[in-house]
Amino acid sequence: MGTRLSFTASSTSKKRKVVVITFGGGARDQETFAPEGQENIPHLMREFIPQAGFFTQVINRGILGHYVATASLATGVYETINNFASLPPENPTVFEYFRKDLKRPSSDAWVVAPSNGFNRIGESTHRSYGPGFGARVILPKHLLTAAMAGRSADYEHLLRDNYETPYYTPELGGREFELQQLEMILKLSADDFKAHARTLSSPDELSVYIARQLMRQLAPSLLWITMHDIDVAHAGAYSLYIEGIRRTDRLCAELWKAIQAEPEYAGKTTLLILPDFGRDADDDSAGNGFQHHRTGDALSRTTWLLALGPGVREGVVYDRAVDSTDLVPTLGSMLGFSASLAQGKPIKELL
Amino acid sequence: MLPSDLKTEQFNGYPPEARKLVTDHLVALRNLPLSFVPSLLREAIDYDFKFPPERKALEQELATLKSLSAGETVEWFQRFSKISLSTKLERFDWVNLPAQFVEQLSAHLWTTHQLDAFRVAANEYADRLRASARQEKPSAPRLGIAVVGQGVASYDEPLFRKLRPHGAYFNRVNPENGLKFLLDAVATRAQAYPTPYGHWYIDGGLEAHHHSALTCVSYERLQPVRSALLRKMQGEIERPGMGPEALRTTLAQMRPADLGMAQEGDQVLDRFQVKLLTEGSGTQIFSTVFAQWAAREALRRAQPVTLLVRFAPRQRQKPMNELLSPNTVAPELDVIGSLIDADMGAYYNWLNQQRLPGADEALFLVWFEGHSQALAIAPSMPRGTESTTATDLAQILSWIL
Repeated sequence: MGTRLSFTASSTSKKRKVVVITFGGGARDQETFAPEGQENIPHLMREFIPQAGFFTQVINRGILGHYVATASLATGVYETINNFASLPPENPTVFEYFRKDLKRPSSDAWVVAPSNGFNRIGESTHRSYGPGFGARVILPKHLLTAAMAGRSADYEHLLRDNYETPYYTPELGGREFELQQLEMILKLSADDFKAHARTLSSPDELSVYIARQLMRQLAPSLLWITMHDIDVAHAGAYSLYIEGIRRTDRLCAELWKAIQAEPEYAGKTTLLILPDFGRDADDDSAGNGFQHHRTGDALSRTTWLLALGPGVREGVVYDRAVDSTDLVPTLGSMLGFSASLAQGKPIKELL
Repeated sequence: MLPSDLKTEQFNGYPPEARKLVTDHLVALRNLPLSFVPSLLREAIDYDFKFPPERKALEQELATLKSLSAGETVEWFQRFSKISLSTKLERFDWVNLPAQFVEQLSAHLWTTHQLDAFRVAANEYADRLRASARQEKPSAPRLGIAVVGQGVASYDEPLFRKLRPHGAYFNRVNPENGLKFLLDAVATRAQAYPTPYGHWYIDGGLEAHHHSALTCVSYERLQPVRSALLRKMQGEIERPGMGPEALRTTLAQMRPADLGMAQEGDQVLDRFQVKLLTEGSGTQIFSTVFAQWAAREALRRAQPVTLLVRFAPRQRQKPMNELLSPNTVAPELDVIGSLIDADMGAYYNWLNQQRLPGADEALFLVWFEGHSQALAIAPSMPRGTESTTATDLAQILSWIL
């Protein structure tokens, strides 16, 4: 491990960037990369796979709730925080390792998160890290609500918050992205933002729009985008679940194109895409198939990881199982920091 | 409190038949671990309002537990005994609130990384129970029918893709009077094999005219109940401090009368329908989801000999808060999305039917309503085949019945 770290540290530079997309809200293999699901992800299949390293088995051994699982992905430790409470992770996040070890400013690590419940994900309570070392978190829906000043009727399709418990929207606390920062950081007037938002059809489209603004204006080296549209599956309508997967596939392609088009990112950005976990198997009688992720069966715990960008061997499929908690140590090796408290190990094939 | 401390009087709050059932088996329950007993009580507390197969299964399970020797009990429950519980769970009133306990137990298992161990324990127990009980086949080969695509003018994508490997696909079916024929066919079976709650008709819209021998549940018929439920949910959510767990607890405690259902109704069926709406996810807002979940629960709980499920168009997706608000305006419908939902729903109906006794003889038919596509699964039907011969639903049913 020491050898690997010294090698990667010497091969990284301040110019290297990483974008992580969580392929939102739990998606099963059979609706994505399994043969019968490939029609739902034409962009990932045709444009990404030929130039990507693809891991067919990423195992999540933690709690299968979206907030806690995303927090686990971001810390490299299986977090046990309440999935429905507005709580920070207990272990240092990838953003804290990155900023503290590499002495990066707060503008260099950002999270674009889908719902108000994710507003604390950028910074842990860990006493060696925590306050002052985390990522800035943007909640596009919160931003839109603020921009609307209470008149949100035209935008409600973009403000869906939590599909699992649709009535529950935690009150915001901690680091909020203030409305005035819309203009100061994203260089967007509230009117322009509202006008563009009206052309979008889903919360994830809003997230991608904000992420692109961030890339253009601040060009953070570590950008984490959590998609969530797919989690509409909890409502039980299969067509909406599939629609969510197809939209997320398209948005991933749009982001990759944006990465290629932005001078700050082109040619020096590694993109990693992975669902936080799967969903229940059709043949597990304890569940109701795609609708939920409650059984903890193998299908709901097993998903995939796709990586592309400089240094990634193109068109290679890896069937060995890796762990969800391996993501943070891998990012550490890529960017040159030590994720010393993470449980996972760097994925050597990506280094 | 632990199961070893159980006393008869602690069950005074149970409905009469449930109380008798549990107290008759108290000695056996006292020997079982806390990680197991509340799950059993969650079923037992509703014994008075359960369908006949559920009652029988519960009676058999308790009788089996009663018959186990001390050594066998240890052997059967050793995995459950290894599950570590919190003091908070031990102090919970799990006798009177077993469902709420199970919910908290589930959260505890996830948090303490014991879920996988619990799954193994539960599956092993279920296997032992299945092996110890005699599986009774239905009075006739079980028949499931799914009618999908109501209101769709045309659809060019392939249908029934998940079911095709298991049966014969027909693409020249005469659709004339198809629904009436199918309803008549299930009515004939209901009269030929009379069983309480044995023959069901579930409609995702307003039910069509049908024989009184059928147990009927329809989404439209429950509209006043759904509206009452949504109003109550809105009221609850506006209360300070209401979170998802508290809301779930409130919903779980709702009874038919709370939602305006008549006192003199069929208590078993009324409770079933209320549970569809209070325990199902999306059943309150999407008719396709309601029909699929109702079929799943009917199959799991009532084990019908015949089940006809007709899917209807659901409302178009809107923001969740809007969907959950009681609305008097006729909603805009998504007929194509509903067909896709129903196609998957039909597959789930078949999967759930195959989990019941007699699966090797079970029959299944799915039909694209008003159109010429259908698929039949039966021991007599060649799997993974396609027929381009002109036919009708009567002929297909005659081939499989």
